[in-house]
Amino acid sequence: MGITLPILILALPFTMFLILGIGGVKMSRKLAGTLGILANGALAVMAYIVAFTYFFSGEAQFILDGVRQQVQLFDVTWLAFTERMVVNIGFLLDPISAMMLVVITTISFMVHLYSWGYMEHEPGFQRYYAFLALFTFSMLGLVVATNIFQMYIFWELVGVSSYLLIGFFYKLPSAVSASKKAFIVTRFADLFMLIGILVLSYYVSHTPADGPLGGASAFNFMMLNAQPTNVLASTLGATFLSGSVLTWAMILIFVGGMGKSAMLPLHIWLPDAMEGPTPVSALIHAATMVVAGVYLVARFFPLYCIVPDSLTFITVVGAITAFYAAVVACAQIDIKRILAFSTISQIAFMMVALGCAYNEPIEGVHYSGLGYMAGMFHLFTHAMFKALLFLGAGALIHAVHSNDYTKMGGLRKYMPITHITFLIGCLAIAGIWPFSGFFSKDEMLAAMFNRHWFWGAWMTMVAGLTAFYMFRMYYLVFWWEENPEYKTSHHKPHDAPWQMSLPLIILAAVSCVAGFIPFGELVTYNGEPYHIHIEAPVAATSLTVAVLAIGLATAMYVKKNPWPTRLKNMFPALWQAAHRRFYWDEIYMFITHNIIFNIICRGIAWFDRHIIDGAMDGMAAVTNWCSVRIKGMQSGTVTAYVRWYFIGAVLLAAITWICLL
Amino acid sequence: MDLTILWYIVPSVIMFCAGVYGFCTRKNMIALLISLELMLNSADLNFIVFNRFLFPGTMDGMVFTLFAIAIAAAETAVAIAIIINIYREIGNTDITSVKQMKF
Repeated sequence: MGITLPILILALPFTMFLILGIGGVKMSRKLAGTLGILANGALAVMAYIVAFTYFFSGEAQFILDGVRQQVQLFDVTWLAFTERMVVNIGFLLDPISAMMLVVITTISFMVHLYSWGYMEHEPGFQRYYAFLALFTFSMLGLVVATNIFQMYIFWELVGVSSYLLIGFFYKLPSAVSASKKAFIVTRFADLFMLIGILVLSYYVSHTPADGPLGGASAFNFMMLNAQPTNVLASTLGATFLSGSVLTWAMILIFVGGMGKSAMLPLHIWLPDAMEGPTPVSALIHAATMVVAGVYLVARFFPLYCIVPDSLTFITVVGAITAFYAAVVACAQIDIKRILAFSTISQIAFMMVALGCAYNEPIEGVHYSGLGYMAGMFHLFTHAMFKALLFLGAGALIHAVHSNDYTKMGGLRKYMPITHITFLIGCLAIAGIWPFSGFFSKDEMLAAMFNRHWFWGAWMTMVAGLTAFYMFRMYYLVFWWEENPEYKTSHHKPHDAPWQMSLPLIILAAVSCVAGFIPFGELVTYNGEPYHIHIEAPVAATSLTVAVLAIGLATAMYVKKNPWPTRLKNMFPALWQAAHRRFYWDEIYMFITHNIIFNIICRGIAWFDRHIIDGAMDGMAAVTNWCSVRIKGMQSGTVTAYVRWYFIGAVLLAAITWICLL
Repeated sequence: MDLTILWYIVPSVIMFCAGVYGFCTRKNMIALLISLELMLNSADLNFIVFNRFLFPGTMDGMVFTLFAIAIAAAETAVAIAIIINIYREIGNTDITSVKQMKF
């Protein structure tokens, strides 16, 4: 494969961003939208060609003796700090980046198409498409990064584009604060990531040239991943922390991923990010941006494996987050927020799977890195059905003009297409055979049971909760009791136009069949094919739990009945706590406002106002005082100037004379 | 009685002081211009005298003087042009009535 396609894949969305961003104001909506959709369609085709060539061409550079290789299609020097601290920009092709190319461009194309209908009447339509192109560009750059630094640059670009898109309705104060919140929280997490990168690259690049890692660039993924033991060796004995330097570096890098992937306690930005347009939620918060954290862990996987403590940390964080988000999702009213929390929960699921994918023998048992494959598989299937659910929610909001399920109910008669596709999405996320979520979730749970029965049991419970809250939402929206307003209003809810329905149908079809993709043959941690086989006991357990949860949801919500309210009144404190997301926002408010702003910042503000500003004001005051005193010399009359000149000349002459003496 | 350097320097100083005095006290711009020429000429005189007495046989000071006279002539032309414009503007050539030169 040449380098034309890879370069085009990065250049095309960026060019579209420039064209639509600069020229958008002069374009009609139709032109801007068509350009955006066409460019994205072309992008998707190119990404498919690259991924297809990588997986199926059988070229020796891609697959050698049945093992898939990592290939740098190009890698050019961009910045050279020192001989070994070199930052490159390139295009890395390996199983996960090829898979991500497909995911990103597919979802992005669906969202482009869908937005054509959804955003039709919004002002700033052209700007919206420009931001979508920028977002696609940054995410693509992130997944094909050849080195940590390129990844970090695009990582921040992803943050910027999400900021721009969440705050798209910039006239709404809530959207503005949500975008700021998203940006600040992820930036705060990225600070730790940057520290982690610096620690890692410092110890790797400061080993002697004849040391274990002699002569290689400190940032390159292929270099780092090919010899994790040498990376560990190069950090050994470097500081008083000894070998744990690498553990700390990897955990710090993961904190950046926690911010982007909305892991507890850095999850607070994601529910608020629902202020953005719904297709953006589908693109950023369900399918691509939040999986950046998962991708990060997968990308550094060999390094995480060499310091298994960091993997344990990931597992614990993921398990707590998954449970927390699932509980909160059971008590939300806004359907987009339910989906947001379900995203957090599912992303955490992938994190736990990765954390359980430790591939060294523990107590003589060899764990095959199954969790890695399963996590990536779930990333793929989740992207499809979560985008489907978000776009379905968008169609509902489009029809009902509200985010709350209290305004919905009984919509199945009015919106058949949305109903069926949404049901498929719910079944997929709940993990019902034969929908895609079943297969990936089964593999993940098998990996977790392999690691320890506790993780398996815990996550099976989360999977049950997932099925429950998804079907709770489904029934409350499509069944329950029909909203009486529909009958009387002139504007009955109806299915969305074809631009919006088509992506729903495509994604639903993908969600039906994606489970049968032999994913283990394509994406594994070491490139060797892994044959997926359904683990019967695990599958049976998770299927039973899911069916039971769905049954419970059916019993509670299919028809209007007083039980949910009664149950809520039985545990008012618990319901309130879950509804208020266990007060995380309030805790953050308390810490930032009462502690940081009030105590720490007050002192800093005093110092700034009195010492720094005081010094500047003092200089200005002295200058002012002098100039007031001498401004009379500038009288404007020529004779006065002559007099001053004369006095000056005499003085100079006198000084010269005195000096000569 | 020998012609020492003082016979030239003292008139030059007198000329210069007269120029300075005139420049500071006179109100008419033409008179200012004349005072200015006096100062210039005293400087020219110094050039020639010092050249003649300190470096006889060279011509540097003389050449400088010629240049200075030429430039002074050009300068005078410029000055008179300015004066004419001021006259057209305010109707007289009184230096005290020009008070705008601080902006």
